[in-house]
Amino acid sequence: MTALLEVEQARKRFGGVVAVDDCSFTVEAGTITGLIGPNGSGKTTVFNLVTGYLPSDGGRFRFAGETIPRPEPTRLARRGLIRTFQQARVFPNLTVLENLALAAPHPRLGTLRPRISKAERERGEKLLAEFTLSAHAHSRAAELSFGQRKLLEFAATLMSRPRLLLLDEPAAGVNPLLIQTIERHIRRLHSEGLTFLVVEHDMPLVMRLCDPVIVLDRGAKIAEGSAAEMQRDPRVLDAYLGD
Amino acid sequence: MQDLFLFTLMYAALASAWNIVGGYSGYISLGHAAFFGVGAYAIAIIFEHVSIGSGYRPFYVLPLVGIGVGLGSIPVAWVAYRTRAATFAIVTITLLFAAQQLAYNLHSLTGGSQGATIRTPNFSVADYNVPFYFAMLGILALSMLASWYVQGSKLGLTLLAIRDDEDRARGLGVRTTFAKLTSFAVSAGLVAMAGGAWAYYISFIYPQFAVDPLVTIGMVLMVYLGGRGTLWGPVLGAFILVPAQKYLAYRLGASDLYLVGYSCVFLVVILLLPRGILPSLSDRARRLRVRRQPRERIEEVVAS
Repeated sequence: MTALLEVEQARKRFGGVVAVDDCSFTVEAGTITGLIGPNGSGKTTVFNLVTGYLPSDGGRFRFAGETIPRPEPTRLARRGLIRTFQQARVFPNLTVLENLALAAPHPRLGTLRPRISKAERERGEKLLAEFTLSAHAHSRAAELSFGQRKLLEFAATLMSRPRLLLLDEPAAGVNPLLIQTIERHIRRLHSEGLTFLVVEHDMPLVMRLCDPVIVLDRGAKIAEGSAAEMQRDPRVLDAYLGD
Repeated sequence: MQDLFLFTLMYAALASAWNIVGGYSGYISLGHAAFFGVGAYAIAIIFEHVSIGSGYRPFYVLPLVGIGVGLGSIPVAWVAYRTRAATFAIVTITLLFAAQQLAYNLHSLTGGSQGATIRTPNFSVADYNVPFYFAMLGILALSMLASWYVQGSKLGLTLLAIRDDEDRARGLGVRTTFAKLTSFAVSAGLVAMAGGAWAYYISFIYPQFAVDPLVTIGMVLMVYLGGRGTLWGPVLGAFILVPAQKYLAYRLGASDLYLVGYSCVFLVVILLLPRGILPSLSDRARRLRVRRQPRERIEEVVAS
């Protein structure tokens, strides 16, 4: 197994609060790696550092064997590292199909080509069919329900052909049926070779889906192993229940 | 009266050009009057230092002025785009005042507060304005063509995505900076062309009129009134606001009361049609259509 994403001693402080403190971990290619930890343990901050949404105060990042001196969202995304957001961020005033077409990469000089190319339309429609959104292809994304927006956000990330997908709480605020749907998609994409890093609070989902699981507490990794091991690990129990 | 038509065309062109930045990408630039002024002075300076001849010749120089100012605006825009939303508006408005100060102080180039003169062309008195109409109409057509092209292209899609959620767009690998700079350069270049034609028309330019905050405000109001991010909205806005402004100025005389009337027109529209005239109307039309055929729609949803 090779490491797809390596984070070494990442640090981030907000004023006097150390949000991420010498955090190091690795995401192996071909895994669904879980990232869990109690509230405020720095999971989302780690996501923001890795994807370049926040400048880090120190640390090294390597993606697909290349060192990333200063992570920046656009460049990382073009290399295949894409994330979703907790709040299911879509483009409300674009149509559902346009939301997908936007995510499809195009060369710089392609900027004057039509909004949606034929190939993008075909691929987009196929994805919408997979995510049962076909009926809404031409509605504005603002008209979708929260759950549908979650699916659309997920589908849009796939348009950009990622290698590593960072999911920030894919099951938060979603009904149980939809959680199953999302889980099914993750498994299918995983079997097609996509690697995942998932932040999630829904423990049963993490237990079913993720291997390995990385546990963060106070901005640092405290344990890593299979989901079952983590459930029994005294350090993990301590972090969730202790002091 | 003839002036009125010319200025309406000019503002329609300015608003259409501004719409490419402010309407599609949602970045409210209040500095566009700076490019208007730069275009105006460019024509004045070229006139004085390079003999381009009178008559129609200056019109042929306008595209070059547009391209030059467009390219020159890129580094400026690059700096301004480090900020967003209200900060961007403030940063760009300082650009306007910087340009005005330069016009006042670069005496050797601009003539400072004494203004710069452009020799009036030898068009016949009877239809003196006609060439200017066609020039402004040409610039308006160019602005609308650019706007139409942007709307239908990947560039437009990117700009609309930036307006909705720029950070998310970056996270999907969308080249937001490239799109913002391209649209800004096109917009600034078109505004500069209008400025150049205006300078040639009035033939006498002063810093306070060439780089005028009211020009910026005019563009923004017209776009908001007609409907931002639409092709015809800015034109419609200009065709309502410019005559309204002139009418109020005429009725209320030399006092600045007309500005109060002007803002009242705008307030009423914002209250009644907050998204601008065209989007509000098309929304209403769509709602009517939906109400008329509710059954079909329900069946459609059930079928899906």
